[in-house]
Amino acid sequence: MLLLILACGGTPAPSGGATASTQTDVGKVEFLSSQGQAVNEAEGMRKQVLAGFNGTTDFNTSLTGAQMVPKLLAEHQASKVDIDLVGDIHGDMVPLQAAGALQDLTPLLEKLQKDRKFNSQLVAYGKMGTQKQYYIPWLQATYMMVVNKKALQYLPKGADVSGLTYDQLAQWGENMLKGTGEKKIGIPAATGSRGGLLSRFLQGYVYPSYTGGEVTGFKSPEAVQAWQMVKRLWAVTNPQSTNYGFMQEPLQSGEVWVAWDHQARLIDALKNLPDQFQAVPAPSGPKGLGFMSVVAGLAIPVGAPNQKGAEALIDYLTRPDKQKKTTAVVGFFPVLSDVSVSGKDAPPGVGVEAEAAIKQTNAKKALPALLPVGLGAKDGEFSKTYFDTFTRIALHNEDIQTVLSDEAKLLQALLDTAKAHCWPPDPPSTGTCQVK
Amino acid sequence: MSAAIRRPRRRATPQRQLAYAAAGLITAFMLFPLYLIAVAALQPRTAVFDYPRALYPSPFSIESMAFFLNATGILPALGRSLVIGVMTVVLALALGCPAGYAVARYRFAGRDLVQLLIVSVRAFPILILAIPLAVTFINWNLYDSVLSVALVHTVMALPLTILLAASVFLRVPSELEEAAMSMGTSRFGAVWRIVLPLSRQGLGAAALFAFVLSWNEVFAAAVLTVRNPTLPAQIVGALGQSPLPFRFAGGLALTLPALVFIFFMRPYLFSAFGQARS
Amino acid sequence: MSGQVEAPALREAAGRPRRAVRFSRRQLEPYALLAPAAIFMTLFFAWPAVQTLLIAFQKANGSWTLDNFGAMARDTDFRLALRNTLLVLVLIIPIETTIALLMAVLAQSRLFGRDVMLYIWSIPLAVSDLAAGLVWFSIFTSHGYLNSVLQDLHLIAHPVGFLDYNNLGGLVTAIVLAEVWRSMSLVMVIIMSGIQAIPPELDEAAESLGAGAWQRFWKVTLPLLKPTLQVALILRTTTAFQVFGVVLALAGSALPVLAVKSESWVTEYRNYQLAATYAILILVLSSLSTVGYLLFLRTPREVFQR
Repeated sequence: MLLLILACGGTPAPSGGATASTQTDVGKVEFLSSQGQAVNEAEGMRKQVLAGFNGTTDFNTSLTGAQMVPKLLAEHQASKVDIDLVGDIHGDMVPLQAAGALQDLTPLLEKLQKDRKFNSQLVAYGKMGTQKQYYIPWLQATYMMVVNKKALQYLPKGADVSGLTYDQLAQWGENMLKGTGEKKIGIPAATGSRGGLLSRFLQGYVYPSYTGGEVTGFKSPEAVQAWQMVKRLWAVTNPQSTNYGFMQEPLQSGEVWVAWDHQARLIDALKNLPDQFQAVPAPSGPKGLGFMSVVAGLAIPVGAPNQKGAEALIDYLTRPDKQKKTTAVVGFFPVLSDVSVSGKDAPPGVGVEAEAAIKQTNAKKALPALLPVGLGAKDGEFSKTYFDTFTRIALHNEDIQTVLSDEAKLLQALLDTAKAHCWPPDPPSTGTCQVK
Repeated sequence: MSAAIRRPRRRATPQRQLAYAAAGLITAFMLFPLYLIAVAALQPRTAVFDYPRALYPSPFSIESMAFFLNATGILPALGRSLVIGVMTVVLALALGCPAGYAVARYRFAGRDLVQLLIVSVRAFPILILAIPLAVTFINWNLYDSVLSVALVHTVMALPLTILLAASVFLRVPSELEEAAMSMGTSRFGAVWRIVLPLSRQGLGAAALFAFVLSWNEVFAAAVLTVRNPTLPAQIVGALGQSPLPFRFAGGLALTLPALVFIFFMRPYLFSAFGQARS
Repeated sequence: MSGQVEAPALREAAGRPRRAVRFSRRQLEPYALLAPAAIFMTLFFAWPAVQTLLIAFQKANGSWTLDNFGAMARDTDFRLALRNTLLVLVLIIPIETTIALLMAVLAQSRLFGRDVMLYIWSIPLAVSDLAAGLVWFSIFTSHGYLNSVLQDLHLIAHPVGFLDYNNLGGLVTAIVLAEVWRSMSLVMVIIMSGIQAIPPELDEAAESLGAGAWQRFWKVTLPLLKPTLQVALILRTTTAFQVFGVVLALAGSALPVLAVKSESWVTEYRNYQLAATYAILILVLSSLSTVGYLLFLRTPREVFQR
């Protein structure tokens, strides 16, 4: 997969698309979004992005993704839908699509594709393993590291901060511990509704980098090696990491100097203290630089009251100029392959992150990992397996091999229940994906 | 009340000093975290991350607070929260007082079971109820209305209201009621004219709890009001995801109105003591 | 709740020689008084609650099973969550009850500035657990207020990791402090409403018999407070089994407790069967504690009711 954020500014696409010819007021669109929840982001969305829409938008962010899903499912069950447009991440779309609560947007996509170039991989995500388009890509993001410049003096000899290996990262942590007496690496390992994204770090970064895949090598000798590295890393990681949901906070408070997280959960550090922090690609392992991209999509619930308005708003939000503005407001990247956010006129923070993301994507040993495919409702429990493995190995100091074979059984049971085939970077499977 | 004629109590000086020390300690313990919320909310955005942290706002700044309060929808949400709180209080008292009276005054089969059931309501994690409740409300066309939230908040507040009302009524001597009834008043009349006035403070406390519960309740409010969020739901949607300075601003914004409310409810909580001393 | 009301009434009426007349108005009155609340709770609580609880006995496809309970017992950190929940509860309840009793007694004595004091003491009633978690986190986090003060005073060279995952003592202390702070006011106000109702004559009589303040507290006030304490303890224990917001804010995944696990099964893992199973466990534990309080703090109603 290619994360197509082209450094070249390229052709500025004309604002206003093929479907935007209707200048008539499309009425009120009830837009429920789990993105842009922070007060400053929601205000930015309303005042900078949605203000020019030829209709009124109720940009509603009062629910997190985890709360939206039950609400939308309940509305769907009762056939009384009052939401026109849903903006949410891929993972939350899965249970909605599985329940038949989302419309097929294939015709709309075809119309939109006449004048804008959606990243094809993101469009494929929106099909959710079917032939139909259940959501139109809206925003995309990846995970990376942000580094406090105070940490640079402790870099291991010969290490390039933009091309670290996991071993060098652990060594770096050891050096910082020696130099400052404190554990200065941070990972988001909190749980619950303000939870961190540690499981993505393990699935999409550590596992591919060490085993070349997410699933098949779960208990392989390479995986044991990976977990030995994780233990070494954890020994120099801030022990309060079990409490961190968004790494931008401990970064800004100085509790940690080097942190891995979702770009939108790092951006405040880069925005508020641009001279203090820099964004760098994630480390690499023996099999390459595993990394993951996430996508937020726009979907219309079955039975939406203002169908026309919702389609017009999707059109509006995916125009190149609105994409760029949205990007600046919420700290994600655009989904159009000809819209660039790096370079001179890049929005604060986002530009720096875009450069790191480009380095990550273009790294020689880049190994793009997909979000779990085909797990359906078992998506959450799949991630839990990785989190639990971490808990048992790193926190409870249990024997690596024992834990891996225990958790591999659970993982296999989930795959069996969902009848999920292997997804990249694991090699394709003929039947259900098997942990080796 | 008869407490009004209680004579002043003499106290040994060392004992009083000890009492002052204890009271002072407790007061400091209660106040300090609130002070810190205020400090953090009234600082410039980046100062929240300073280390060592300043124990007073330096410099003083209302930037975060102002941004937060100016954000769209905060004021209407405040209004809805007040309305829901009042509806909850009315419903909880209307349903809870008769039930509490029954528990206090009558011996009847299954009374302990009733008490147990009352408590089991609070023992049930409300989070888990979200989906069936949402479906129910949608079917009844109550979904996403202030009434639906008030109903759920009443569910949550009713157990304590019943228990408090029962313990309040228990302490009104039943002789007073019987005396009134022997003079020809109906039981209802006796309750209305004798028991309720004597229970005003206790029921006031019950009302306060119901209101505060409703005011602070987040989960049901968040799931059941989407177009019409309550203040906590509005803030909480933002709280989980917002940068730390705004979270503190939100924390303060949630706390301040409640402070005002408690201030006005104070007479009902403590007036009995006030009467005794003045 | 309404279902069990009628039938036992008849049995009881039949079994009592004192009440010769069946269906006397007096006997039906309590049920009539309870009916509105019972109907309301059946509609808005019992019905959805039963629907939910049944989920715990079902597989994802709707067939009946007990597997979910085994799955819960095998869940990573299940035992830790159970232990931590009980540990935190066993610390919180006695501490806050003791301090709240002290507060109520102090509030009775004529201290200067008592009104202001009482107001301040009841403020946490109005503070949501979100705000409470936030502020106590900012105190205990490693670059927080507590370490700032310690470092300013040169008592420590490096921040102390109060909330480190392996610092059980620090985590539990922080959680207990925050919960006690948050809920002490509630217990105090309940206890004060109980103290108010104690006829002052009793206390005065004891005093005139030469009983000291301490003796009067133990021999007069405390026994008469039993029903009130029962309410406070039952209420706080059931809510403490669900301790959630404060734990999430202060400990994250470092100190698993039952309520956080249940919430995670809903919001993160989306397995409602397991979430409902945890809910049942919480429900059963709370009910057991309630029965315990009802048995051990049985109040002699005859004192009040003849």
